[in-house]
Amino acid sequence: MPQGPLVYRQRLITRIAHWVWAVSLFFLMLTGLQIFNAHPSLHIGKEAGFQYDNAILEIGARQDGDTLRGMTRLFGAEFDTTGLLGVSGGEARAIPAALTIPSYQSLATGRVIHFFFAWTLVGTLALWLAASALNGHLRQLVPTLADLRALPRDIADHARLRFHHSAGYNVLQKLAYASVLFLALPLMILTGLSMSPGFNAAAPWLLDLFQGRQTARTIHFLTMLALLGFFAVHMAMILLAGPLNEMRSILTGWYRTDETHD
Amino acid sequence: MIDRRHLLLGSAALALSGCKVFDSASGSDSALRKLFASHEGLTRTTQRALIGDRLAPEFSEADIRQGQRPNGSTDPTGAEYRRMAETGFRDYRLTVTGLVDSPQSLSFADLTALPSRSQITRHDCVEGWSCIAKWQGVPLGTVLTLATPKVTARYAVFHCFDAIERSLSGEVFYYESIDLIDAFHPQTILAYAMNGAPLPVANGAPLRLRVERQLGYKMAKYVHTIELVDSLATLGFGKGSYWADRGYEWYAGI
Repeated sequence: MPQGPLVYRQRLITRIAHWVWAVSLFFLMLTGLQIFNAHPSLHIGKEAGFQYDNAILEIGARQDGDTLRGMTRLFGAEFDTTGLLGVSGGEARAIPAALTIPSYQSLATGRVIHFFFAWTLVGTLALWLAASALNGHLRQLVPTLADLRALPRDIADHARLRFHHSAGYNVLQKLAYASVLFLALPLMILTGLSMSPGFNAAAPWLLDLFQGRQTARTIHFLTMLALLGFFAVHMAMILLAGPLNEMRSILTGWYRTDETHD
Repeated sequence: MIDRRHLLLGSAALALSGCKVFDSASGSDSALRKLFASHEGLTRTTQRALIGDRLAPEFSEADIRQGQRPNGSTDPTGAEYRRMAETGFRDYRLTVTGLVDSPQSLSFADLTALPSRSQITRHDCVEGWSCIAKWQGVPLGTVLTLATPKVTARYAVFHCFDAIERSLSGEVFYYESIDLIDAFHPQTILAYAMNGAPLPVANGAPLRLRVERQLGYKMAKYVHTIELVDSLATLGFGKGSYWADRGYEWYAGI
């Protein structure tokens, strides 16, 4: 445990925004998988190929004698994924019930909850961005030149699970948080909007940017996986760097730093 | 190692129960469901403000790479419809009624004699897939203008030949509605041709609606009557369309 002074590390707006994002992303992901189940394929292009193949991922079920087998086709290679993808709990469904909200198949319910939390995410992101631009927090997320020079050492320290607890973020933290907030989430929002036939009329250039509605849908799904990866690393880092101190800082703002020897 | 295994099993069970926990909250009668559904008004207002009367993207002939995938009803079985289909819809008439000064009854020949519009557009199903096809038909605004809507008219309701559901209380025929902003949008057409050929039965022959800035379920197929109304309260369960009455958004711009 670090033994240095307590520092006030996260402002109230950042703490509130963090938890609204956490709840929103939880519901967005699980309702998103519910929505995905209505058409469990990912395509490249403007439309979904039915009379030609432009799918990079397809999840389905196939009757094999007495048993129903879940099949996943990824870049043309087919895998038997019974129990996880395609068939689970004895029924044909792409993503299993444990990973969708609601647990039963209901596209309408999935959509209603998905769009509700899309609004809470976009709303808090906008508020937080405006507040953080004004209070200077945004600058704390942008890696400096000194940060970048320290990058190899920071990577080595992380690899050795040697964590430093300082008032500011280390460079890997900055890069991780900045890529979620300024790359992944905006990409999620823009690819999500690209799937809206209404919004397409307002901003047809988005379809050109993402090379078609179905490609946008595929990017939306892949970015979800990237965010899931971030979540896994985020949880691991909290556990390894001292979960009580980390939780205190995101709940109260106060963070215990390392003892300084100067 | 055993501890870790238990931890993993435990978290899997938690995830399972977690999702079941939300089932009750998302049921159609729950207060939480109403909160979630409150996004629809915000979404509609925002989209309308952003879109104005802009057009949906249109595509080129080269983008038509396959037939139009049919969904929902694909072969209505009603006796009246079957009889008409067998005679090439010679006896078909489109009725325009409700809050109009001059109700109309238009034959297929009447409809095709009106100025038409062709558009290559992308059909987006609520399920997630899309399909590009060329649609030709008469702008809905032209037909409504013939009937002279009353100033009190706010919505166009589409009554269809296809029984989408058979319940104990009888057949439920597909119904859908749009407001007059979308009804008079230049790309909103009553299509009678698709990809250069007469509209196939699977895609809604003889006449289907195209509302290009909304999802596929808004685009009623097998339309026989257009009714102008001032409220959707008495239609179906009061939400304005077959699918809206079953939990989907009435405004399907997203």
